[in-house]
Amino acid sequence: MSLRVLLSHKKIEIILKRLASQLIEKFNDFDKVVLVGLQPRGIHLLHRLVELLENNYGLNKVIYGKLDITFFRDDFRRFDKTLSPSSSEMEVAIEGKSVVIIDDVLYTGRSIRAALTALDNYGRPKDIQLLVLIDRRFSRDLPIQPDYTGAQVDALEGDKVRVQWKELSKEDTVFIENK
Amino acid sequence: MEQLSVNHLLGIKYLKKEDIQLIFKTADHFKEVINRPIKKVPSLRDITIANLFFENSTRTKLSFELAEKRLSADVINFSASQSSVKKGETLIDTVNNILAMKVDLIVMRHPYPGAALFLSKNVDACIINAGDGTHEHPSQALLDAYSLKEKLGELKGKKIAIVGDILHSRVALSNIYALKILGAELQVCGPKSLIPKHIESLGVKMSTDLMQTLKWCDAVNMLRIQNERMNLKYFPSTREYAQLYGLDAKKITKLKKEILLLHPGPINRGVEITSDVADSKNAIILDQVENGVAIRMAIIYLLVAKLNISST
Repeated sequence: MSLRVLLSHKKIEIILKRLASQLIEKFNDFDKVVLVGLQPRGIHLLHRLVELLENNYGLNKVIYGKLDITFFRDDFRRFDKTLSPSSSEMEVAIEGKSVVIIDDVLYTGRSIRAALTALDNYGRPKDIQLLVLIDRRFSRDLPIQPDYTGAQVDALEGDKVRVQWKELSKEDTVFIENK
Repeated sequence: MEQLSVNHLLGIKYLKKEDIQLIFKTADHFKEVINRPIKKVPSLRDITIANLFFENSTRTKLSFELAEKRLSADVINFSASQSSVKKGETLIDTVNNILAMKVDLIVMRHPYPGAALFLSKNVDACIINAGDGTHEHPSQALLDAYSLKEKLGELKGKKIAIVGDILHSRVALSNIYALKILGAELQVCGPKSLIPKHIESLGVKMSTDLMQTLKWCDAVNMLRIQNERMNLKYFPSTREYAQLYGLDAKKITKLKKEILLLHPGPINRGVEITSDVADSKNAIILDQVENGVAIRMAIIYLLVAKLNISST
């Protein structure tokens, strides 16, 4: 097993600023936008972007929610271990709004499919977009592509791409774990 | 990894503390789900569940059925009064016939103690005990403990009283097991004729004085007199029982402290509890019913999670 650093904390900082700018370019009016972070790992990216948008770019109040997709996953009963849920905090109305789903790594696309179904439970948004920090190219099981990408990565099947946030370990890093 | 240590829910007796904690943690998430505008998740869309009720039930049956439907399972209902049981079919035959229609999970209530255990040993399906005679009613005990925990916090060291017909009550036995596992102190109270011998061996105190019990406890679970299970007289009259062991506003005001009030239903208003007390703010009877759906969703979800699709 080997670890290789893909993105250092400096690169991640630049990428986060670019992603925040891209969101601002896309949406003039953030009153009609809801950012939805996917539990458990998309939440850190969500918090970082909200912090950037509010502190660095002077937006008043970014509307956001946290969505758990465990009960919507298509691999329930396919593994020996029970899927453990996290909490959903969706005290926001998504009806008629533009929703941006936020997650750290896009791999097979199955989590995003589950998230699309889960969002149905909260209303009918105007449109839904996808923002990811890492896009693992050429490994999709479903026709799902991101609208905003931090970085594209080519990794072999069986490799793991891990995003470490400074909230949980010492600094932000993205690394790849080879078997 | 976090999963239940059991493959069936036959009784609280078979559960570990970690199992109960896992069920509570999962129920927290389902409680959020059932408070959404759309109260349904697709987890169990490929699962069929049969509800077998060989004994009458309103709350438990509806609660299980709702829990199953909110998990997107297909549900079939069976009640003994309208079935071939009347024509002399045995329990195992009845269940095996239902299983032949490709049912994954059985929820059963039966008047005989041990019926669920018996079934789990003789048929090839996951069994949830929804009450077996005077023995156990695990899902009720779990929702009672969950509701108590919601209001009182951790139950370790909390004083809980169970009052009424302990002898015939499966709710009492399951509650005793569950609350003991969670570290609560327990006292049962009722006329001596309605308290089983050697109840102290379960680690609970016993009292025949309702006021003493109420003064001692943080929460009280009032049980119904189960006339349908009584083949002889256990106390002189309902009126006398109500005076001695019924909870009314007078007794509550005399306490000069607040205690939580639970009731597993159905309530016989005016017997074990008067209307004004049952509808007072300290009664969490309807919270129990709401939590019942979340707890049952958690139980079903966690048991079904152990039915790996490659082995079914």
